[in-house]
Amino acid sequence: MLHILTPIMRVIEIPMLALQRMLGINKLAWVFLFPNLLLFGLFAFLPVILNMFYASTGGDNVLLSDRPYVGARNFANLMDCSNFLDPNSCREDKFWRAVWNTCWFVVLQVGVMVGFSLLTAVILNRDIRARGFFRSVFFFPVLLSPVVVALIWKWILQREGVLNAFLDWTGAGGINWLVDAQWAFGWSVFISVWAHMGFYTLILLAGLQAIPRDVYDAAIMDRASPWRTFRRITLPLLSPTMLVVLVLALIKGVQTFDEIYAFTGGGPGTATTFIIQYIYEEGFAGAPRLFGLASAASLLVALVLIVLTLVQLWANRRNVDG
Amino acid sequence: MKKTTILKTTAAAAVLGLAAGAVSAQEIRFMCYSDGNECEVYEDLLSRFEAENEGVDVVVDVVPYQAILENLPVQLAAGTGPDLAKVTDLGGLNKFYLDLAPYIDTGYWDSSFGGTLDWYRVGDRQGYYGLHTQLTITGPFVNATLFEQAGVDMPGEGATWDDWATASRAVVEATDADFPMAMDRSGHRVAGPAISYGAKYFDAEGNGSFDGFDAFAEAFVGWNEDGTMARDVWASQGGATYADAAQEFINGEVVFYYSGSWQVGRMDEQVGDFFDWQVVGSPCGPAGACSGMPGGAGVVGFEQTEHPEIVAKVIDFLAQEEMYAEAAARTRNLPAHLGVASAGVEFENASPAAQAALNGFAGALPDVSPIAFAYQGYAGNRAMFGITVERLSQAIVGELTVAEAMERAASDLELAMAETK
Repeated sequence: MLHILTPIMRVIEIPMLALQRMLGINKLAWVFLFPNLLLFGLFAFLPVILNMFYASTGGDNVLLSDRPYVGARNFANLMDCSNFLDPNSCREDKFWRAVWNTCWFVVLQVGVMVGFSLLTAVILNRDIRARGFFRSVFFFPVLLSPVVVALIWKWILQREGVLNAFLDWTGAGGINWLVDAQWAFGWSVFISVWAHMGFYTLILLAGLQAIPRDVYDAAIMDRASPWRTFRRITLPLLSPTMLVVLVLALIKGVQTFDEIYAFTGGGPGTATTFIIQYIYEEGFAGAPRLFGLASAASLLVALVLIVLTLVQLWANRRNVDG
Repeated sequence: MKKTTILKTTAAAAVLGLAAGAVSAQEIRFMCYSDGNECEVYEDLLSRFEAENEGVDVVVDVVPYQAILENLPVQLAAGTGPDLAKVTDLGGLNKFYLDLAPYIDTGYWDSSFGGTLDWYRVGDRQGYYGLHTQLTITGPFVNATLFEQAGVDMPGEGATWDDWATASRAVVEATDADFPMAMDRSGHRVAGPAISYGAKYFDAEGNGSFDGFDAFAEAFVGWNEDGTMARDVWASQGGATYADAAQEFINGEVVFYYSGSWQVGRMDEQVGDFFDWQVVGSPCGPAGACSGMPGGAGVVGFEQTEHPEIVAKVIDFLAQEEMYAEAAARTRNLPAHLGVASAGVEFENASPAAQAALNGFAGALPDVSPIAFAYQGYAGNRAMFGITVERLSQAIVGELTVAEAMERAASDLELAMAETK
């Protein structure tokens, strides 16, 4: 292998050395970064900049050049509320309904999911029978497409679905799960937890396995109870991983769209309409297409996500620094 | 040596042939969606056009309906749209339409398509833009077998929405059916009944308005609350997402199903001998009207095409009486062509029930209110359809009162109109 690579390296070396002499060793790094930066700029940074321009324009034209400048009007429309806690008092009530739905969803989904993931990870970390099988079972839903997840649960929960057939068979009588706002919201949380907890369980499992064994041996010698060992050893040593899981789950929770959109379409009414669906409907599905309003809403969401990402970076750094 | 020469000559001939072909062939792309077999039939009819017009290649790109609604407008705005398409947002896409007037016999089009030409016109763009290929009208399907089993008399001509609600409830009480009535989750579908209840849809200046809509909204929300209407259809979805109750009707769960003429083919194929069904005229409302809502789809060309003359020629070819009549018969669609309609259409492969249903829908056309015709041609109707669905659904699930829903609908419309000015 080496005898093939050496002549190639010699050929590359000549222009590289010339480039290094010309730019200096520090600037040479930018040459290597350039292809990646180009792609990142084109497909990530440029759309964000364009989004900012769209947020300050109005009308329903697609091309930026055809859209009138409206300044901060879209943001003003979104923030025009006499009481932020009551969407009915807001000019863009659908936006605020989506915001509050997202907040409740994130609190419930992240809380339940991190709790269950931790419990599952602790159990799967023990020396139980068929441990490998159970680890696969819990991870399996993560591999499914969100639309498949939504359709499976829709078939189970619709008026004439599997669950109601079972309830009818037991004599308990069916419930119209997807027509009742509370049930639809509750099932949305459940499905989201079911679909994603495998991923977080895996991260927590890795965290648990990184805890040194001798700490537990010492606890056993000190006759510490299992609960005390969990509280005083496992939880503190797992907390950096927990923080990462928590922040990742929060970010994913705010971004929730596809599986719930395919599951309930955001209904009944707006009971399961989350912020990303609001942006999609205002910008792409509705008539007229309010790109400006949708862009403004997406920038507000981006702001929240940036804050959450900074928290994650800080948590990671704290983790690395020990 | 000889072999090489032959190969070289063949290759050169092939290259020259291809080049010549590329120069002479004029490819036209037709974006088409099907409710049934429309695109398949157009493809067949257009192969005859290609035979008559050497060098013209009409490529029919069959796409889902969602692509017509969501992707086509974006493509057109970006200048990357097809040459022609089958559309349902008739007035909404007007700014992109190719005016066919310089290429067609406008006298023939006026006398053949009359009022439907106006559905494609907006403001001062009053040319000839669309061939209305698929005329539809909303109306109710009734499960006649359930009425017979229940021993309930079907309300007769001139019956009101309340009469049908009472009769359908009586049928459900006497049979195993689940729902007395169901209506598609669509702003277009509620328009006919709403007009019968007094909705004006336009203000004095001719702008879109929800004035007079509240009477129907009250009744409709009430029917959803008391179980007269299948609540699942409107309440189990969010946003302005379309949902229908055709499957529930086909399963024999619904007594009275308000949808439209485009469902006849599906009923014909899927109900079969399961039960007897029939189409009755749209019920009357307190405002005195018994209106359905016209609609449908049409073929339009786009200004951005490089071959306007050929695009116009293709559309005009489909507009000719003989072609139009064949397409209507094969696709089992009501004709918008006045000559074809007055001659009557023998729909292909349609059972007697389907034939009667299509004739029933055609017979209901004179009852359609002028407001409904104007609303169908209004450029802002798609926005109003969406607002109607979203706000009515919120009232049905109890997020808003009917009064609040109407107030919100008015402010949504105001915002939509301000943005599209």
